[in-house]
Amino acid sequence: MALENFCNFHDILEDQVTTDRSAVFQTKKTLHTYSSDLALGKSRSLFHFYIPVSEYLDESPIQFGQISAIQSAAVSSEEPCSASSCLPYSLPFASSQSVPPPFPMSHGTTTLAFIFQGGVLAAADTRSSCSGLVACPASQKVLPIHSHLVGTTSGTSADCALWKRILARELRLYQLRHGRRLSTGGAAKLLSHMLHPFKGTELCVAATLCGWDGEERNDGRHDHQKKEMDFSSCEKTSEICEEEKFVSPTSEQRLVSEKPSCSGPSLVYVCSDGTRLKGTLFSVGSGSPYAYSILDQEVHWGLTVNKAVSVAREAVYRATHRDAYSGNCVDVFHVTSKGWTRRNREDLKEEYYREKERQKQEGRGRKQKQEATLSVKT
Amino acid sequence: MEYLVGIQGPDFVLVAADNVAASSIIQMKHDYDKMFKLSEKILLLCVGEAGDTVQFAEYIQKNVQLYKMRNGYELSPAAAANFTRKNLADYLRSRTPYHVNLLLAGYDETDGPGLYYMDYLSSLAKAPFAAHGYGLNKRFILNLPSFTVRVIDKEGIHDLENLTLGAK
Repeated sequence: MALENFCNFHDILEDQVTTDRSAVFQTKKTLHTYSSDLALGKSRSLFHFYIPVSEYLDESPIQFGQISAIQSAAVSSEEPCSASSCLPYSLPFASSQSVPPPFPMSHGTTTLAFIFQGGVLAAADTRSSCSGLVACPASQKVLPIHSHLVGTTSGTSADCALWKRILARELRLYQLRHGRRLSTGGAAKLLSHMLHPFKGTELCVAATLCGWDGEERNDGRHDHQKKEMDFSSCEKTSEICEEEKFVSPTSEQRLVSEKPSCSGPSLVYVCSDGTRLKGTLFSVGSGSPYAYSILDQEVHWGLTVNKAVSVAREAVYRATHRDAYSGNCVDVFHVTSKGWTRRNREDLKEEYYREKERQKQEGRGRKQKQEATLSVKT
Repeated sequence: MEYLVGIQGPDFVLVAADNVAASSIIQMKHDYDKMFKLSEKILLLCVGEAGDTVQFAEYIQKNVQLYKMRNGYELSPAAAANFTRKNLADYLRSRTPYHVNLLLAGYDETDGPGLYYMDYLSSLAKAPFAAHGYGLNKRFILNLPSFTVRVIDKEGIHDLENLTLGAK
């Protein structure tokens, strides 16, 4: 399966599945046809991707219950041998959705990413919440996809983890087939189109893809412990330029920012509702308004790496301070032409105590200064 | 809150769109371009539901370009508008309707400038001027900070200076 061509995939998939006539696969097969029909009906000129998740559509919440009724009618007319037209079981509503969020943002997290002269910086908190309690204080929300691409995740943890893995697989396949890495914009478009069939369902993925496109040096050192992606040296950045131009001829490239559209750092926000935005600064999640307040003030192109890291940490820290759904630690990733590097995870509790100390000191210092200036003036 | 406006003149069409890409109440981008270039002299302005706008507009855009590749000449603005409307209508009664509001502006050699108004219920009207949304700056509670402005005439599409309306 891994070696099949994208374009012929739909046909080959049908053939593959018809050969497996076991009862277990029957319902899955019908779901396959359903999802591919759904994809077909809406996207005649878009790629058809094999979405493994479609096999698990019967485990999604109630909305799919409605669709299975329509589909079972279609099924019974097509295949008389298909046994039961109803799905084996359907799980109840995901419990995390029962508590309404306090304001429109429903992604309980703070993630941010921005571009500056030293590359791309991505940061996120580490709290996973569920129905108002902290399910995991040490989750990882910034996931590396390949050596030069990192994605921040927000939304449903399981959905994000799954779709990141799917994206990593598709990017690797692209690289093997075409001999060069897909650009960040291309990866974002791929992810966006893969998520499109699930629009209107409970799937919730809001990711920012932070990557470095274009020229790579093969001697890039990688500080990560996960599986390394081997890739041949990327030759023609002009090809990537062509692809970018064809993909978006109208000017998302004519941005106010001064980025060359072909190579260099790149940042794209992708959301499961279909939004896909290329930009220089994004923050996603329930804590994003607080993070934006810091970022909008401090971030500019000329930041040094250390200053940028401290701004990112500060932004996450402020967001976790005020937002109930963000907290615990902060992860910071930095992507350059040599790949991504990761800072050690830091507990923001320490930061909070340090700041309290600093405020005490400053308070004392300021009082003394005020008294001094007053005496000077008068 | 998004805003599109178009005005047809004697030999040009002037269009403007706001520059905000928003996610609920947060502005994610201040310089987002909502105009899609269908051909040398046709622009499609698209607002509406988050993913639908880009998906639908790019779909139309690629199909118009494909027509040109296959047949060697471009679709006229009227033809492009009707093609767009037909697609909207086809999807309207499917399981996945597109919720987008559109303005299509173009210059035709024989017919001159044309401005077409389409909405998510796939209505189509050729109008001398048209708009989607609220563009008021003095009376509306929300202010859109900046607008991209373009004009189409027999030479093609020209960018004009971005309008940034500061608070008065």
